[in-house]
Amino acid sequence: MSKNVNINVHHLTRVEGHGNIVVNVTDGSIEQCQWQVPESPRFFEAMVRGRHYSEVARITSRICGICSVGHTLASLKATECALGIKVSKQTDRLRRILKHAENFDSHVLHVYFLVAPDLLGAPSVFPLVPTHGDVVKRALRMKRLGHEWGSLIGGRTTHPTRAVVGGFSSLPGGARTVREGEANLRELKEKLLGCVPDAVETFKLLGDLAANIPAFDRPTEYIGLVDDVEYGLYDGQVGTLMPDGTREIIDVQDYRSVTNEYVVDQSTAKYCKHNLDSYAACALARVNLNYDMLHPEAKKIAEGLGFAAPCFNPYMNSVAQFIEAVHSVYMTVQFIDEVLADGLKDEKPVEPTKFGKGAGATEVPRGILFHEYAYDDEGFCTMGNCIIPTGQNHANIQGDFDKLVPELLAADKSEKEMELALEMLVRAYDPCISCSTHYLDVTFKK
Amino acid sequence: MAKVKCAWFDFTSCEGCQIELTNFGEPFVELLEHVEPVEFREAMSEKTEEQIDVAFIEGSFSREADRRRLEQIRARASIVVAYGACAVSGGVNAMKNHTSDYAEEVYGEDAKRPHLASQKALPIAEAIKVDFIIPGCPIDKAEFVRVVEQLVHGTTKVYVPSYPVCVECKRRETLCRYDDNDHCLGPIARAGCDAPCPADGIPCEACRGMIDNPNEAAMEKVLVENGKLPERWAKDKTRMFTANHRGDA
Repeated sequence: MSKNVNINVHHLTRVEGHGNIVVNVTDGSIEQCQWQVPESPRFFEAMVRGRHYSEVARITSRICGICSVGHTLASLKATECALGIKVSKQTDRLRRILKHAENFDSHVLHVYFLVAPDLLGAPSVFPLVPTHGDVVKRALRMKRLGHEWGSLIGGRTTHPTRAVVGGFSSLPGGARTVREGEANLRELKEKLLGCVPDAVETFKLLGDLAANIPAFDRPTEYIGLVDDVEYGLYDGQVGTLMPDGTREIIDVQDYRSVTNEYVVDQSTAKYCKHNLDSYAACALARVNLNYDMLHPEAKKIAEGLGFAAPCFNPYMNSVAQFIEAVHSVYMTVQFIDEVLADGLKDEKPVEPTKFGKGAGATEVPRGILFHEYAYDDEGFCTMGNCIIPTGQNHANIQGDFDKLVPELLAADKSEKEMELALEMLVRAYDPCISCSTHYLDVTFKK
Repeated sequence: MAKVKCAWFDFTSCEGCQIELTNFGEPFVELLEHVEPVEFREAMSEKTEEQIDVAFIEGSFSREADRRRLEQIRARASIVVAYGACAVSGGVNAMKNHTSDYAEEVYGEDAKRPHLASQKALPIAEAIKVDFIIPGCPIDKAEFVRVVEQLVHGTTKVYVPSYPVCVECKRRETLCRYDDNDHCLGPIARAGCDAPCPADGIPCEACRGMIDNPNEAAMEKVLVENGKLPERWAKDKTRMFTANHRGDA
């Protein structure tokens, strides 16, 4: 085959942050096949130095606008570990609800606004307004629900206000009394149950579009939280799953032995690897790791969409996201019931018992997130380290490219078809590139 | 009335302000009756060659390499709106502006790579002329709609309050952070957000910037005497969102 391909996607659209795709094929041989990240560096770990522990999560929340709840929670957990703080049962439950809200919110945004246009053959959601008005309105309605759900607990979803070191600074909905707070939680429960018809319609839509999801398998290592309380999302230890089914559990405090960041010349971003050359951290990794812990209603969705764990097709990450979105609705209802059964209490945040060093992990929509800090004896930060999931996924995306491009060439796909397949692959990971911690900026030969 | 052609662009930021725009819910469809998105990389693959009526720019100007892109946007757009703290004042990105070792702290040996070069995080207005601002981290959705309404009607002035956040707390009957054994930047912080943070039990960090002619020395004294902050904290307190507003910037 003597084919020439020249793909150069500068600043890929419908992803958060900036990424480029470059593929050059001359006379059928691949000269270059790269996923590049030219994001502007932001230096958050240097910025938190010298800041008081009460300010750190408020600063690191600003790493990412989509995962700001997750950055807040990972930061709070790391700080609480460093400061010897154990939060109350109520705080733990409310934070789990907040985490589920972010997962739902971000997944709806990704599946409907960033991925669906590809599956419907549109360049964006806007041309779909006249042709698929009901779908767009449903998407906006569900997005709004995710926002209201998270805001009720966290104050707002973009850079939450109320989640603070040791607990919450005010009751759900900003209630001034416990009774009002409980009423707010009951109202949220009703809203969540009210979204089931929209979820059912989404299920049907995805079922109709599933045939447009490319068939492509590349088994890899899957890494995500595993938790005794629920499906790994807010809390737990680091779980890994190998393609042959081998599992391993690693303490969050030893996260550096999982991420193993390293620099490669052809990439702007630091890469991560564990047992293999790359690993995946995303909704697909979580479902593969924790399928048994999914809510029965979410399992029904998985079965209905033909999803079987372990699934090795990265394009199926969008399906895994929708399975999780449904799971989050039902788990939040369960946690609200638990909070109400014990009676909502007006609790003051727990105070530090020491000042030291600690790490925290939580799952953000696009994979596992680690924060680590050290504090001096007056509570001021002396060191920060944040390892984001998109950084952990870069090597895996490159690995997928290396397998996919020869397959596309062998299938005699046109340059345009190849470009779309590669764009859709990157989008499937839902990369959140502006979470730009640990990016290096290098130029590439054009 | 013809729809206003709007485009969105992002620079050094978390992109959270554009996320806020997706939180309107169904009313967003109504907004689309008045504005036509013609370019918005995060949400759409379409790009435009035509003149843009209003360009919304998010993120700070933190790399000299971005100057040309900003100038091109300015040339393509009739009106430029800087939205979000990063674009308006440099935002949290400016927290590192007074230090010189930030790259080494994060990247170690790799910091010496020439392409990691980053300058001080500056407002967009340091590179190009900005017509209107929507401050805040994140922006307030209601304020965004107010500004769009005014632009659709061809206004030449968009009002941003010049009074401090304390005014809004009093109006909302929010307990003063200083009366709750806390501290707050409300006295020098620009209002317009309706003070959600003190109402949620946390200090105002002045994410909308400082009022005109802020008395920084008095603020520092209040932080120490009334807020019981150690000197070092009081001195650095306003670096979080207002590093570029400080007298020593």
